[in-house]
Amino acid sequence: MAVSRGFVGRRPADSARVPPGQYVTRDFPVLSAGPTPYTPLDTWDFTVRGLVNRPVSWSWQAFRALPHENITVDIHCVTKWTKLDTTWSGVSLDTLLDAAPTQASYALAFCDGGYTTNVPLADLRGGQAWVVDEYDGQPLDPEHGGPARLLVPHLYFWKSAKWIRGLELRPADEPGFWEMFGYHNYGDPWKEQRYQGD
Amino acid sequence: MTVETPRVTTIALAIRDWPGHRAGQHVDVRLTAPDGYQTERSYSIASAPEDADVSLTVERLDDGEVSPYLVDELRPGDEIELRGPVGGYFAWDNELGGPLFLVAGGSGLVPFRSMLRHHRASGSRVPVRLLCSARSLELLIYREELIKLAADDLVDVSVTLTREAPDDWRGYRGRIDPALLSTTGWSAKEEPLTYICGPTAFVETAAAGLVALGHDPGRIRTERFGGTGV
Repeated sequence: MAVSRGFVGRRPADSARVPPGQYVTRDFPVLSAGPTPYTPLDTWDFTVRGLVNRPVSWSWQAFRALPHENITVDIHCVTKWTKLDTTWSGVSLDTLLDAAPTQASYALAFCDGGYTTNVPLADLRGGQAWVVDEYDGQPLDPEHGGPARLLVPHLYFWKSAKWIRGLELRPADEPGFWEMFGYHNYGDPWKEQRYQGD
Repeated sequence: MTVETPRVTTIALAIRDWPGHRAGQHVDVRLTAPDGYQTERSYSIASAPEDADVSLTVERLDDGEVSPYLVDELRPGDEIELRGPVGGYFAWDNELGGPLFLVAGGSGLVPFRSMLRHHRASGSRVPVRLLCSARSLELLIYREELIKLAADDLVDVSVTLTREAPDDWRGYRGRIDPALLSTTGWSAKEEPLTYICGPTAFVETAAAGLVALGHDPGRIRTERFGGTGV
């Protein structure tokens, strides 16, 4: 490690909560690979399909009627920003997956706009992941993934797919969008798994 | 190091064992303080794959941690740590074809300089239309290079100035909107491949405008950053 001449830097006040190579932002930056889709709520649904006896879908109304949890978590984007204490409301993936018994080990999230991302099912269960439809007490803004996005805060934030429409459950792992473009297949921020080979 | 505007500098890097890159990709820069503290940021590559040096164009953000160091403190001969190239989606090479529409807000122009240089160096026959938005002519980066690029029959460069323009300015004025995108770009039926880079609000406006004009969202690629300068 070579010292950068003249570089002092800022240290995060709460460094134990900030993964290596990340900096804390108060803003909420937006990153996405294409235009923001605007899906009308009356055509929106959330579907669990793939390795299940039969696919299960919720309309927007049915999804809103599911038990919601309030969640306060730190989020870490692979582009280096970390945002502390973000507050969301959404449905636990435990609730959604309980409705679709499966032998699968992996999930591929699919989204309006064609985005996909892969996550092991074990990372979606046990109170670790949600489909959220509110941020900071307000309906989730389309720029930030509304009407609903995945929230898997223990992985880099590209895994928390915006504009999510469902999960495809699979016996084998298959890379999603960014995972095919050189990003890490799993994406643990504490191990700095940013890119393939990390 | 080349000063582009008072806030923006291009840094040429001599890199050992650079594996090569595609136009539009970025690198991660890592800085290390004497006590071992490290921080990283991503910067678009401003040079073409065919150029001798890899260069980065960096805009100094007043509240930034890395960009003020790169713009104000870094001197020729200093070493910095790099990782990359990174990112394979917001990249263009001749094989991807076109016609190309490149829409830049402020320093969102950086990856397009790489693409346009690659376009020229590779002898591409793909027609390109570039629309750049800057606050003023003084704050438009790569001015002279843009003028030279526009001399190519295949490359059409449009500039809109949002805050102030010279009295004799013959380009566009004001922020981008569907009318300007329609005038300076391609029609939807020409099925262009579009790249948009700039601050979030700029990218949202441009992408939504093109979708409203009937463009296929699947052929619009976006890259957003937190900086200013539209």
